[in-house]
Amino acid sequence: MPDKSYKQIVILSGKGGTGKTTLSAAFAGLIKKKVVIDCDVDAANLHLVLKPEIINSYDFSGGKKAIIDPDKCVECGTCETVCRFDAINNFTIDQLSCEGCGFCFRVCSSDAIKFDPSKSGSYFECELPDGSKFFYAKLFSGDGNSGKLVSEIKRKALENISSDIEWVIVDGPPGIGCPVNASVAVADYVVIVTEPTVSGIHDLKRLIELLKTFKIRSGIVINKYDLNETIATQIFNYAENEKTPIIGSIPFDPEFMKALINGENVLEVNKNIQEEILTILRQLELQVEISVN
Amino acid sequence: MIISIASGKGGTGKTTVAASLASVIPESVYIDCDVEEPNGHLLLKPEFISEESAKKLLPQIDQEKCTFCGKCVEVCEFNALINLKFEIVLFDEMCHGCGACIYFCPSKVITERAKEIGVVRVGITSAKIFFADGVLNIGEVAATPLIKEVKKNIIEGKINILDSPPGTSCCMVETVKDSDFCILVTESTPFGLNDLKLAIDVLKTIGVSFGVVINKYDPSFTEMENYLNENSIEILLKIPFERRYAESYSEGILPLDKYPELKNAFRVLHKRILEKVEIVNAG
Repeated sequence: MPDKSYKQIVILSGKGGTGKTTLSAAFAGLIKKKVVIDCDVDAANLHLVLKPEIINSYDFSGGKKAIIDPDKCVECGTCETVCRFDAINNFTIDQLSCEGCGFCFRVCSSDAIKFDPSKSGSYFECELPDGSKFFYAKLFSGDGNSGKLVSEIKRKALENISSDIEWVIVDGPPGIGCPVNASVAVADYVVIVTEPTVSGIHDLKRLIELLKTFKIRSGIVINKYDLNETIATQIFNYAENEKTPIIGSIPFDPEFMKALINGENVLEVNKNIQEEILTILRQLELQVEISVN
Repeated sequence: MIISIASGKGGTGKTTVAASLASVIPESVYIDCDVEEPNGHLLLKPEFISEESAKKLLPQIDQEKCTFCGKCVEVCEFNALINLKFEIVLFDEMCHGCGACIYFCPSKVITERAKEIGVVRVGITSAKIFFADGVLNIGEVAATPLIKEVKKNIIEGKINILDSPPGTSCCMVETVKDSDFCILVTESTPFGLNDLKLAIDVLKTIGVSFGVVINKYDPSFTEMENYLNENSIEILLKIPFERRYAESYSEGILPLDKYPELKNAFRVLHKRILEKVEIVNAG
């Protein structure tokens, strides 16, 4: 192992809305020596529960964007011919379709296309009420650089990490695409939050297949496990076949919803939930220990 | 007509709303654009009639003839190519397939090959809903080219319901950008509200009109309605937070197929949206 002191866990789900952020917040509330990173950069929510104070903001530029200067454009149409993203029409560039490849800029013979770095979002270095560091981001509407922003925020969070940090908790995005891949990079373990619904198990399977390509170990938490016991059993059987441990299950509990509505950490709801999450955390520590060694 | 269903936050009920709406509209078209995690087929249960491979183009460099001048590396904005002086290495997943390397190669030794990124499936449900979805290959990162392929199944003259992926980035925009109307599905929580605001920002930026469906509605979360009222945003429908709806969904059964009150609600929603689109189109 490289000489790092901490273990990095990423919380993922495939399907959205299964409880990634709620569980990440609960872990963050129980673990002391930690850095927390919200990698769901296009719909960040963890800051709503953790109530951080922003110390530093950073601009993020994911790439360049091309713009045609109508005064210089001779309307030869070459740029439109070479653009494969149908971004150029009538000598103007649709910024939403432009992928920033610069092909138009390079073929333009009248120097009419500007191709400069564009700001695609911001990210924030914060302090939590307990003094821990927390990072989250805000990607500009509709931007196509979420994976890059995830990589950048993780790099920032880990570059000057204090040597007494034991855990890095990463709240991941939904799906299995670009930003998920960037979130999983250099992690030690993935916690998958699923739910016993036909969609939940379907998306869980796709995520586990993805994680195999990363050769990274994972454990499953079944949220709302008593919503559908038949599918919960299917998840148990599937997990066993995949040799992926179930590290916890949480009941369907309206109290949870109440905590969410009030913007509270679920740990604050009642002692039982706190105990349940603590049990999951112990299981997690055990599994991470096994997979790291 | 294109009606897209989006949300910002995942798990608010996009697919349930999209599939329910499709099921109350005769001869509708349902298109699942959440290619990373497509779930619409689990609720609508179409019979698939075709499955076609969707591809993206990647450069293929003839290493024998290559002079390793490095021009291709220089023009690649995505750092997808590396020049080792005895080989040009391509990182597939970084490549956007723009074709600049091919165009600028002075020795003309770059051609293209197609790589499968996923499949597009087309089918029909027992209620005669035309169905299409895309399934992104595992490990593939480029979802937007596949969304473009799936959207080719939009049928003019019909009501097309497009189910968007969560988030507010490129995949969501690719789905909703040429819609006549967008339904934003949110839930009665601060997370739901926060992400709803982000999604509204996107729709305002790209100029798509919209209304809101509040799923898992809980009247005690007053911030949601305060915000919507203050900003004159129309609430199209409120679906109460009920365990029986969640149970029905968990089994892959649309709650409106079990609970008639929901079927009526979606019929009303359908009418309302038709009126909205008429108003929008009238100008």
